[in-house]
Amino acid sequence: MKFGIVVFPGSNCDKDVQTAARAVGHDADFIWHTDTSVDGFDCLVLPGGFSYGDYLRTAAIARFSPVMEPVARYAASGRPVIGICNGFQVLLEAGLLPGAMLRNTSCKFVCKPQRIRVESTRTPFTRKFRQGQVITLPIAHGDGNYYIDGETLEQMERGGRVVFRYCDESGEPTPESNPNGSLNNIAGICNNAGNVLGMMPHPERAAEGILGGADGRLLLESVAQWVQGGGKIG
Amino acid sequence: MADELIWQTMGLSDEEYERIRVLLGRDPNYVELGMFSVMWSEHCSYKNTRAVLRGLPTSGPQVLQGPGENAGIVDVGDGLAVVFKIESHNHPSAVEPYEGAATGVGGIIRDIFTMGARPIASLDSLWLGDLSSARARRLFSGIVAGISGYGNAVGIPTVGGQTMFHRSYEINPLVNAMCVGFMRHEDIKRGAATGVGNSVMVIGSTTGRDGIHGATFASADLTDEAIERKSAVQVGDPFREKLLLEACLELVARGCVLGIQDMGAAGLTCSSCEMASRGGTGMIIDLDRVPRRETGMTPYEVMLSESQERMLLVPTPGREEEVREVLVKWGLEAVVVGEVTADGMITLIEGGARVAQVPARALADEAPVYHRESSKPEYVERLAAFDTAGVPPCADLGGALLRLIGSPSIASKRWVWEQYDHQVGAGTVIGPGADAAVIRLPGSKRGVALSTDCNSRYCYLDPRLGAAHAVAEAARNVACTGARPLAVTNCQNFGNPYKPEVFWQFREAIAGMSVACRALGTPVTGGNVSLCNEDGETAIRPTPVIGMVGVIDDVELRVPMGFQAEGDIVVLLGATRDEIGASEYLATVHGVEAGRVPALDLEAEARLCELLWTAASRRLLSSAHDMSEGGLAVALAECAIAGALGATLRVDCVGGDAGLAPDRFLFSESGARALVTIGPSQRDEFLALAAGLNVPAAACGRVGGSRLCVEFGEGAGGARRIDVSVAALSKAYEEAVPCAMQG
Repeated sequence: MKFGIVVFPGSNCDKDVQTAARAVGHDADFIWHTDTSVDGFDCLVLPGGFSYGDYLRTAAIARFSPVMEPVARYAASGRPVIGICNGFQVLLEAGLLPGAMLRNTSCKFVCKPQRIRVESTRTPFTRKFRQGQVITLPIAHGDGNYYIDGETLEQMERGGRVVFRYCDESGEPTPESNPNGSLNNIAGICNNAGNVLGMMPHPERAAEGILGGADGRLLLESVAQWVQGGGKIG
Repeated sequence: MADELIWQTMGLSDEEYERIRVLLGRDPNYVELGMFSVMWSEHCSYKNTRAVLRGLPTSGPQVLQGPGENAGIVDVGDGLAVVFKIESHNHPSAVEPYEGAATGVGGIIRDIFTMGARPIASLDSLWLGDLSSARARRLFSGIVAGISGYGNAVGIPTVGGQTMFHRSYEINPLVNAMCVGFMRHEDIKRGAATGVGNSVMVIGSTTGRDGIHGATFASADLTDEAIERKSAVQVGDPFREKLLLEACLELVARGCVLGIQDMGAAGLTCSSCEMASRGGTGMIIDLDRVPRRETGMTPYEVMLSESQERMLLVPTPGREEEVREVLVKWGLEAVVVGEVTADGMITLIEGGARVAQVPARALADEAPVYHRESSKPEYVERLAAFDTAGVPPCADLGGALLRLIGSPSIASKRWVWEQYDHQVGAGTVIGPGADAAVIRLPGSKRGVALSTDCNSRYCYLDPRLGAAHAVAEAARNVACTGARPLAVTNCQNFGNPYKPEVFWQFREAIAGMSVACRALGTPVTGGNVSLCNEDGETAIRPTPVIGMVGVIDDVELRVPMGFQAEGDIVVLLGATRDEIGASEYLATVHGVEAGRVPALDLEAEARLCELLWTAASRRLLSSAHDMSEGGLAVALAECAIAGALGATLRVDCVGGDAGLAPDRFLFSESGARALVTIGPSQRDEFLALAAGLNVPAAACGRVGGSRLCVEFGEGAGGARRIDVSVAALSKAYEEAVPCAMQG
């Protein structure tokens, strides 16, 4: 199992993803944003950071990086792609996932452990979780306020494409437990097929107990198991 | 007349101008005068403080690089080295809080990676006016946003520091940024220009007109006029910093770097003359080749610009093209602008003509050294004479504790550190809000423990003792996590040194710091001095901030601060004396900032530190927390809040200490103390270890329940006690700063 981590100028969680992948016993290597091939990888990761400084709008420039064409083909072929934090924003800007990110309603960057409820276990990344399981993952972002038009939101909810939701300790997605104002407390979504996942929380920061939590391991183990099992969606 | 005005407006005295004339053997031209004025500013030359700073201990077996380079380096074992430094960005932050703080972070990060190290953590020591003031709130918000905006984007976790409030910082806040990096010994790079004929390259960002005379600005009082000088504040670009960081580390890894230095204060002037001076060489620079972001810049502007995210590089001979390719890959510029010469001169060329020629050593090392007049301020004896015996006993101990825990300087700084990415880098084992942060070194089991400390009330009342306390507290904080304190960086923040009273404070503080660093075996590897922190009339309190680095051999052995388990035994380490003078209790509950600063027994401090890290290495400690501001009561509350667990203490178990009145016992700030908890089965081994190291240890309570209770024996007025819910403590602790920020 080998993860391919796409590095944009300004990515800064690329090495952390590699550290986490190794902590769960898998290999991971980097793909430079000007590369035109993503061959040889079993799962692509678009990591967190501030691609191109995010001065214009988060990820607005990264979507034009040459690597995004092969990433889109890879996604269309049904292979697993995950965007974390800034990587999620890249997936939105690139149109691989629907919707957009607004500033957090607090207008402040927020970094803290956050409770999240697993809403769907049908994606390659969430197979080893229990439906409704409440986990804790770190968040660290200034623009995590997910927004989309009402009609599409309803389709996504009906289609089970909301994968993670911010919640309180009992698993309730309350307004108080929403750290950024996202619609329906959305923390992560997937595409129709389920192989492209975007999420604001950082599973790679929760892959070792010594760093404050290990709930993110299951996500990496899920996709590894899926790939090793032949990678069939559904 | 006009000539006289020129050097005076640049901040040079008549005597200094004469000295320049003697060194050059002629009148300096305008460009040369500008270069001298920035290099001979206090910020770059330490002309007023150098003689005093020589008293600091700077060597030890662990020190790989002491003061005089871009940052200090210590050996942490296994061939690994840790690079660290703290620096102020006070005046820029007073004028333009966001950019001032952001570029302070950017500058200190560059100081770390210029040594060849990957930055792995930042800390910030912030000092602001009382939050009842709108100006203090505005500066506080802006400074925290600036640190967040820069540090988060570069991807270096901000893992600790301190945030303190006092009205003396109302006009002139302090922003002291510390950065820590790590590398292998063989990758250490230095800022020296060697090899006559070797190329000199400018790499990174382009040069503009921002920050001209920033160093001079930072070396004068912060008057109303100065506050209008926003052009002296630089503008940060964390994206470029991140690219430059990766590019420089790639150059180091490829072996392309012979010498490298960041362009920070005094820009190209400082980097060129310091690199040449360290290398015993000179440098010729063709200014036309320096990449610019603005047209029509004069040689003076190019040399004095403090545009950020730039480096001066002497590449390994023949590798210039490779350097260029690496920089281009990262979207940055790399241009050969000149070469290393044998003549010891900084020679500047523009349009084929020589526009300046100055001995590098004269700029970098031959600024005058002043021995400033010093006299003990009148207030010192007067305030020290305050007799705490006359302080009425406190009837409501629980209420007093709630007030202390809810005073902004002690209260939770979550509002601050949740705005910082404190986890990026996959190394944060203990993050903000603890005694010290603990960061795992990449690819290793080892960790570093990091803390910044200072109690400026102590330093105001007794600068010598106060500065020594800062060192001792920093060491204690590091030891509480299970680490061995290794070395110190420091940021000396004072008022105008031309005032004898201010200079006395500075001299005393350095003397106290020297004694403490020697006693604790933690030499000083660098730092900076920030003077003239005043509006022309009122100076800040003396604030010598200590940044301490410790090492822990295996991060699995780190010790948390909060209570961990029901039934653990609470042990009070160290002796508590009747020392509420200068305390947080006296200030917050009785409104008095006076009295004698607690005595300091440095041998006891050293023994306590040894006990803490030894016990941690044997896995004897469940939790450990140092006692400082607010004494035992605040330490107990912080452990309870952090662990979401209560505790019950019986003070008549504490032997000789129990003779103190309850408020004295609870709020005394005696040094060399810590509060630890241990599992019942570890009790005997731990107490024997403490006895062997001659550290007083009193097992006086148990962790458990949801309330914090302290009971006193009959002799001490048994009715007086603390009985507060952890929830109430937590509420007071967490809500103080967010509430104050609502104005």
